[in-house]
Amino acid sequence: MKSVAIVGASLAGLSAARALRAQGFTGRLTIVGAETHRPYDRPPLSKEFLTGRMTTADLALEGDGEDLDAQWRLGVAATGLDRVGATGPGRGGPLRVRLADGSAVEADGVVIATGAVARTLGGGLAGVHTLRTIEDAAALRADLDGARRLVVIGAGFIGAEVACVARSLGIEVTIVEAAAAPFARALGPEMGAALAGLHEDHGVRLICGAAVRTLTGDGRVDGVLLEDGRRLDADVVLVGIGARPAVDWLDGSEVKIGDGVLCDSGGATSVPGVVAVGDCAAWFDPALGVHLRVEHWTGAARRPATAARTLLSGGAAVPEPLAPPYLWSDQYGMRIQFAGHTMPGDEVSVEEGDLASRSFLAVYRREGRTVAVLGVDQPRSFTRWRRRVNEPVGAR
Amino acid sequence: MIPACPLSALPRGEALRIETDPPIAVFHTEDGELYAVDDTCTHQDASLADGWLEGCEVECPLHASRFDLRTGEVDAPPAKLPVRTHQVVVRDETIYVVPSDLPPNLPPGVRTGSA
Ligand SMILES: Cc1cc2nc3c(=O)[nH]c(=O)nc-3n(C[C@H](O)[C@H](O)[C@H](O)COP(=O)(O)OP(=O)(O)OC[C@H]3O[C@@H](n4cnc5c(N)ncnc54)[C@H](O)[C@@H]3O)c2cc1C
Ligand code: FES
Repeated sequence: MKSVAIVGASLAGLSAARALRAQGFTGRLTIVGAETHRPYDRPPLSKEFLTGRMTTADLALEGDGEDLDAQWRLGVAATGLDRVGATGPGRGGPLRVRLADGSAVEADGVVIATGAVARTLGGGLAGVHTLRTIEDAAALRADLDGARRLVVIGAGFIGAEVACVARSLGIEVTIVEAAAAPFARALGPEMGAALAGLHEDHGVRLICGAAVRTLTGDGRVDGVLLEDGRRLDADVVLVGIGARPAVDWLDGSEVKIGDGVLCDSGGATSVPGVVAVGDCAAWFDPALGVHLRVEHWTGAARRPATAARTLLSGGAAVPEPLAPPYLWSDQYGMRIQFAGHTMPGDEVSVEEGDLASRSFLAVYRREGRTVAVLGVDQPRSFTRWRRRVNEPVGAR
Repeated sequence: MIPACPLSALPRGEALRIETDPPIAVFHTEDGELYAVDDTCTHQDASLADGWLEGCEVECPLHASRFDLRTGEVDAPPAKLPVRTHQVVVRDETIYVVPSDLPPNLPPGVRTGSA
């Protein structure tokens, strides 16, 4: 392989570039990124960057003086992927990434790392935010200054973290969630409910099982109207209803898309010479028997090493077993950590600490296996328990 | 020299955090060696004493960068800077730490009480 183009210049793209170089790839490397920024870290955007404890410079993902010998094409989006002189499916010359400025990058291998974009509610009222980029965070921060009431739509991790920051600024916060409990999709209903208590401890009003009908306001948002007729006043609204994979640019290509780019458990897509990593990719998880799009930092940082091996070996490398998905979240000075994957019906038990003290370790089990672990302010036991995910119960 | 704990209170494979400023982590490896490094990861605010000890390395509990306890060097991002190492002395069955006089590599947003 003489040349590789990486599309997406964030955590997964940078990690792929590092992995390719570390695995001995010396050919031409091009990194295409729609944002004008060098790769930066997103988790602090809802935490230390939003509070002002971290600056833009602190977000840099590259090390001082790090040089990957790559050509960076920043500020220009990819608009398509095909082959030079394509003569039929999978046949033709090198791969070609088409760019918005009309130019193109030809390469023997392509890494798709375009991440995800925040889902929106539409509308276009001022004061309504989503949070995915540096610009989003700066705009939200500016709007929170002097705000009195924040409504967060969607009780996911990003919304919850923004709620914490807003509380620390003395802002009244209401979280509206359509499901019966917050974080239910990620943590299951029981532990979701346990974490709800954490927010209530800190004066957040949590309304679950409620759907949003519309946002109200004339030019600028002034409230949120719920389906049941209730109206919540708001100066600022954060829409935290998840993200969708940024794969529209692949429309018309041969790359198979489901919920994200469909990949095998080594990151290979349906097109030879093309791998996908990070938030845009749904790798096949053999432990679960399904394609799963994992939208967490650690997967975007670690899986590119596997994908690079797949790419450089032409698909011959046997992928190492997938590490279970892992996420962390910081809320009210507490560290929430979760590893694995939970499904409805899992048995959950608290193994250390207790729910009331808001410091506990819970283990999820299914069909005789440990499938997930949740730690709230239990970093040390989490470190140990996390290694048991996917093991049979009682294996040690 | 700062007393950490009696040698018998820190079994092999375990770590101890001393509440100095900044805090220091003391590790007793499975091979019986003792090492001390700054407890705070150089990437973000995580306690290395809570991390996974394997051989002479500790894996950060938050984002899994690994630090070599002998040199403080980090293996791979996200942490980019080495962690400061300190000398460990055992005297009369007690573990002591001789803090380094080099400046620490604390993560952004974390400051020492004196600075
Ligand atoms: C506010 C926030 C807080 C988070 N907190 C946590 C946390 O606490 N813990 C955790 O585990 N995870 C957290 N995450 C998730 C984590 O940041 C993501 O998993 C990670 O950023 C994924 O990296 P990625 O490179 O796959 O995608 P992204 O970071 O989304 O980057 C994709 C890049 O590709 C670019 N791109 C998109 N389309 C194109 C195109 N057509 N052409 C060229 N470039 C394109 C985008 O502009 C972007 O720069 C958080 C995310 C956010 C937004
Ligand atoms: S806090 Fe240690 S690696 Fe991030």
